Amino acid sequence: MNKIFLIISREYFTRVKKKSFLITTILVPLIIIGFYVAIFAISIKGSDDVQQIAVIDEAHIFNGKTDTTNPKLQFTLIENETEKSFLTKYKNLGYQSFLYIPKVIDSVAKNKFTLHSPSSVSLTTMSDVEDLINNTIRKNQLIANGIDPKEFDKKSNSVTLDNAIETKEGQKKSFAGVAYAVSFGCGFLIYMMMMIYGTQVMRGVTEEKTNRIAEVMVSSVKPFQMMMGKIVGIGAVGLTQFAIWIVLILGVQMIVPLIFPQFMEQLQHANTASSEDLSFAATAFEGMSNLPLAKIIFLFLFYFLGGYLTYASIFAAVGSVVSEDQQEAQQLVFPVIMPIILGFVIMTKAVNEPNSSLAIFGSLFPLTSPIVMMGRITYDVPLWQMGLSMLLLIGCFLFFTWVTGKIYRTGILMYGKKPSWKEMIKWAFRKTN
Amino acid sequence: MNILELDSLKKYFATQKAVDDISFNIKQGSIFGLLGPNGAGKTTLLRMITGIFYPDSGSIQFNGQPFHPEKNNIDIGYMPEERGLYKKMKIGEQALYLARLKGMSKNDAMDSIKKWFIKFEMESWWNKKVEDLSKGMSQKLQFVTTVLHNPKLIILDEPFSGLDPVNANLIKDEIFNLAKNGATIIFSTHRMEQVEEICDHIVLVNKGKKILDGSVSQVKQDFKENIYKLGANVLAEQLMTYIFEVVKYEPNQLLLKLQHDTTTNDLLKYFINQNISINSFNEVLPSLNDIFIKLVEDTKATRQFQNIES
Repeated sequence: MNKIFLIISREYFTRVKKKSFLITTILVPLIIIGFYVAIFAISIKGSDDVQQIAVIDEAHIFNGKTDTTNPKLQFTLIENETEKSFLTKYKNLGYQSFLYIPKVIDSVAKNKFTLHSPSSVSLTTMSDVEDLINNTIRKNQLIANGIDPKEFDKKSNSVTLDNAIETKEGQKKSFAGVAYAVSFGCGFLIYMMMMIYGTQVMRGVTEEKTNRIAEVMVSSVKPFQMMMGKIVGIGAVGLTQFAIWIVLILGVQMIVPLIFPQFMEQLQHANTASSEDLSFAATAFEGMSNLPLAKIIFLFLFYFLGGYLTYASIFAAVGSVVSEDQQEAQQLVFPVIMPIILGFVIMTKAVNEPNSSLAIFGSLFPLTSPIVMMGRITYDVPLWQMGLSMLLLIGCFLFFTWVTGKIYRTGILMYGKKPSWKEMIKWAFRKTN
Repeated sequence: MNILELDSLKKYFATQKAVDDISFNIKQGSIFGLLGPNGAGKTTLLRMITGIFYPDSGSIQFNGQPFHPEKNNIDIGYMPEERGLYKKMKIGEQALYLARLKGMSKNDAMDSIKKWFIKFEMESWWNKKVEDLSKGMSQKLQFVTTVLHNPKLIILDEPFSGLDPVNANLIKDEIFNLAKNGATIIFSTHRMEQVEEICDHIVLVNKGKKILDGSVSQVKQDFKENIYKLGANVLAEQLMTYIFEVVKYEPNQLLLKLQHDTTTNDLLKYFINQNISINSFNEVLPSLNDIFIKLVEDTKATRQFQNIES
């Protein structure tokens, strides 16, 4: 017992003491956040150029006026040209694209118009142009039926829907977006951690084997102790990383009100505040506080550990059978990574349809359950499914450590040819060594 | 007293009888040579003695008790042929780690490391990494990590490969020292001149079987071919006799092989009677190298793959 503790602490401290550990622990979340901020910024900002769009309006739906709310689109009505004749000219006249509306249009059925352009037009431009045409046709219809469009807008209403869930503690507001984000985030985090730390275990084992330290080690400790020491030590590194992140998040929450007191004040009055950003932040906060956080954290840790331990033992066995050749490792790793990726794919489905049969299967099957269950945790998972999934995961972990331990103890001392899957299975189920 | 008794050990792999019914004993405090050509089963045998492999059948007695890897591995120091250390780990920490895995307390381990590092002039290495060391230096470090925990049984697989003569002598002296202080040393090598110099007792294995077992001097006696070296000026026509045959002729030196029923005195009398003055006369014992080659060459030296039904 003392020896396995020594191994765990060596595996743990050699990794935690490295500068790269601190850097990745702090940088990786910053990069991920920065990445999303950048995507968000780009998607709402779009391009700065004003697009010049020519319109040949043979049906005269615009009646000489093109109303658009988008300042980046500039429509110009063209007279005395046909679709064919203008097709060769519009580029030279400085238009990025031109819209052709034929003479006869059906006011009820779907119409199909064409936007000509030299290269493909962005989705937002397409939908803006569509909106413009739809709004214009609707307005024309209203006027034709004797309704003032302004009066119509006043009288039509818009509805926002709140989802109330009945719980033992009383009624709670549900925030679908927040629950979705938390589910997806947890699943993604487990997926990433299993990949990163699993491959770290594998590389560590291969290193020990190719360095030939393995032979020195197994004359002091049992191969199983070596394997478990490495897996637990590296797992502890992962937990340390989580702990640092939690401390950082809490730290940010403590520090932000001190630096920006007016921001928090506004946040508290967010319900009355009209600013859209603030009410979004408030929704996020309220949504978070309405989720069963303790349960989520417990399940997250349970599934992280269960999934990590299962996969790490498989990765360790793979690491023990390969030699220097990295290509060999790639071939063997592929079937191991497949179920992890499959789990991730099912998880992205499960956050949308948490009670679909695919989601239920994925959250029970122990090779995908650590990731898929995260997609379901913010929704109410039936108790029997939760219990069965946990039992299966524990069983799977025990089975795999038993099997891979045997592959590991043979593989770590074998050099030369890479064994086939058949041979490895034979090692795994052999009674003695 | 025997520190190690092996009794009909067997270990078969899928295509090889790696160790096929080998028995021998090793006396406490002796330096024991385990010899054999490549692929003879030496490493497999050593791995069974260090508890890395379990034998298929047969028994190992350690210090008079049945061998128990978990209990006995603190009494064993093993230096494998392929050296292995963590390349990125600091040398001092690495030595401490390996010593503590052998069950030493932190303080004992530190004392022992300091003693050995001073003895081998390695004090300045403490904060260096293994990857900074030359091959010979890391060899020295590997030797130190093998003996740090004062093992009763030290197993050295080719300990001198890659060492310059100065460092090889340093290690050789340490081996004698350790044996003098009661440790038993198993020494595995192909280098026969080292075996002759160092070992008390040898076992030769080939193709998984033991083919020779005895003390170095005994083995040499057993394999001697009654060859004598005579320093004298002899003419070729003076060698016409039945009592010996000439193995090698040089003007002032002869190698002679005695016939079975003659003695050395008969031989000397023969020359004295011819009034030939003798400058030197001694028996030529075969070198271990000759014995090794003779024994191994009789069989197919390279192992053939075979299918084992077990």
